[in-house]
Amino acid sequence: MSTAVSTASRSTGSTTSGPRRRRLGSTGIVYLALVGILVVSAGLVAAQGGNFFSQGNLFYLLSQTSLLGFVAIGQTFVILCKSLDLSVGYVVAWSSLVAATTMAGDPSRIWLGVLAALAVAAGVGLVNGLVISKLRVNSFIATLGVGLIIKGYLDTQYKGPSGEVPQAFQGFGYTRIGPVPISVVVLAVVMVLAVVLLTRTRPGYHMFAVGGNIDVARLSGIRTDRSIILAHVVCSLCAGVAGLLIAARFGTGNALVYTYGYDLNSIAAVVLGGTLLMGGRGSILGTVAGVLILASLDTVFNVLDVSPFFKDVLRGAIIIAAVAMYARRQIDPASSRARFRALGQSVRPGSRSGPADPAAPARENPSAPTTGTEATR
Amino acid sequence: MSSSTPATRPGSPDGAQASSRGGFSRWVQRATSGSSWTVYALLVVVFVAILVMNPSFGEPMSIMAFLKKAAPLVVLAIGQYFVIVSGEFDLSVGSLVGAQVVIAAKFIDGDESMTWPVIGLMVLFGLGVGLVNGLIVTLLKVPSFITTLGMMLVLYGAIRLWTGGAPTGSLTEGFRQWGRGGLPDSPGQFQVPYAVLITVVLGVVAVVLMRRPFGRTLVATGDNDVAAAFSGASVWWVRTRAFLFSGFMATVAGILIGGYAGVTAQVGEGLEFMAITAVVLGGVVLGGGRGSVVAAMAGALTLEALFTLFNQLSLPSTIRPAVQGVIIIAAVAYAAMPRRSKAAPTSTPSPPTTPAGVHEPTVPKEPQPAAP
Repeated sequence: MSTAVSTASRSTGSTTSGPRRRRLGSTGIVYLALVGILVVSAGLVAAQGGNFFSQGNLFYLLSQTSLLGFVAIGQTFVILCKSLDLSVGYVVAWSSLVAATTMAGDPSRIWLGVLAALAVAAGVGLVNGLVISKLRVNSFIATLGVGLIIKGYLDTQYKGPSGEVPQAFQGFGYTRIGPVPISVVVLAVVMVLAVVLLTRTRPGYHMFAVGGNIDVARLSGIRTDRSIILAHVVCSLCAGVAGLLIAARFGTGNALVYTYGYDLNSIAAVVLGGTLLMGGRGSILGTVAGVLILASLDTVFNVLDVSPFFKDVLRGAIIIAAVAMYARRQIDPASSRARFRALGQSVRPGSRSGPADPAAPARENPSAPTTGTEATR
Repeated sequence: MSSSTPATRPGSPDGAQASSRGGFSRWVQRATSGSSWTVYALLVVVFVAILVMNPSFGEPMSIMAFLKKAAPLVVLAIGQYFVIVSGEFDLSVGSLVGAQVVIAAKFIDGDESMTWPVIGLMVLFGLGVGLVNGLIVTLLKVPSFITTLGMMLVLYGAIRLWTGGAPTGSLTEGFRQWGRGGLPDSPGQFQVPYAVLITVVLGVVAVVLMRRPFGRTLVATGDNDVAAAFSGASVWWVRTRAFLFSGFMATVAGILIGGYAGVTAQVGEGLEFMAITAVVLGGVVLGGGRGSVVAAMAGALTLEALFTLFNQLSLPSTIRPAVQGVIIIAAVAYAAMPRRSKAAPTSTPSPPTTPAGVHEPTVPKEPQPAAP
């Protein structure tokens, strides 16, 4: 909301950016950053006499990508709606447990296990969405609370790993075609589905609108609650797929998966991918690039045998630096393709902040002297 | 709100009558109106529940022990409040607390004469981290969620890299007294813990600050930073100061926790979410612009009281997160519930006109004495 306004107010000052810069969208910058990191990594590894693009390294990189990738793609939907999901880590853990315990080593129950895990995940997403949209709880608190509830349940119910995944399903975690794990193929399918949902269907457009300005979206006739609920269900479903993948890799379900930090890492990946944390702008392709950036960092640290503690330091610094690099460009409206470009460029700062601004104070702070909106009520 | 209501009954005696008659109902409505009063009500409920379970909790010494334990979270909540009310997040406070404790143990290392220099160093370090956070958020325009998340990774990694995974060194008694000592320095007797005194002083400072131009500007910035900038506030400096306060408060909390609980590798983990939860429980709106610092402190007390209650109920430790999750969602949902009295400005200091207009639909007794 406030970003949208500041975007508009700065548009007059940013006429210096030439047409060539304008063509490069924020997703393009993310991929440039990815290429840069890959080149630097390859150089560093080569300096030590290794080969960054060896089959083993690529496999490691891709399998790192697929785990975080599912979670981050789902997180993108939620962040586009100006929401947030801190419960994904617990959903991953829970669905891995549900899958493993339902399958219980019986190959004929694979599909039952998959369906049960996804159903549990979707249920969590539904609860998240309902709490946020109907009870109007801030998404940070709502998903943190739901995550804590799941944590309490998991810690009480499951002590240590439980369940057993049949050999056939473990192939989901280990089979590969060349250097490409089968999980990456599944990730690609999910990615294509997500891109289609966001950019080709009505619910996808609605999510952009809801994230851009929920009041305007509601006044335009969008059922904003449904968009938010749908986004959360999709997000949790993706986390559920990640849980299935974990179950397939470990051969069992494990509650301690939630300590892996998928919640914050996925948010970092989404923002690295150029999606605005304030909602309304972003892309799945950018998120995938963000995940690839994090995974290649992980791979190169692994290859170079960096201390795991130093890894954290570098990762934190690089995340901040990368986001800082294109934070300016995201604020600059010319940098990322606005969904409604003709409108966005014709609107002048004064006229845009005029109707948009009183809406928020009038709703949030009733004591403000906003006679205009008061009269319409 | 009908505009005719104040016009027909502008007299002050009517207002006095309303306050004498509807005093209790208004208090109830205020307590249930979803503003920061909710947290005080919740705090009272939790306290009463604890007292019912365990009447000896009401003794001064138990209360002081509870407050001593709660002090670090209250201090963290004050710092987090400044950042949240200005429209940002600070996820790095937990790691900063951990870093400060480790720094203290490493540098003091049992040497009493080093206590004060190291405390000074810790304050500088905390302010430095706050400054870096603030400048990255305001000048480099990195979202604060990402900035402080990155800072969290950097601090955790750096501390473990520096200490090799397990903290070394030890704290002196002169350092630890702030976290576990009290004013009449005789163990076993009733004493007011230093931690409580420090918290009260910091709380008063925070309240005063929020009433000064800095606080007003901070809230205005959190409400609408563009409007604040157009009104002449230097938004970046106001927000950076909020992060500086957060860093300082995390330092104080680190000193208190280090004194109270000693040095472990896990100090501070998860504290950032607890501090944010406490602030939000206090009715402060994430995204900025609304909420009071006293309510945020009450939120921290409520959270600690809840943990005490869980102890009294001897819940299995694994189920506690679930109960905590349910309670924070319920409290925030309750505070966010839309009400008929939505237009009632609860903070308006003049009761004669507004409550009359508001109470009209809910309390039909009031118009009747005025009619004849």
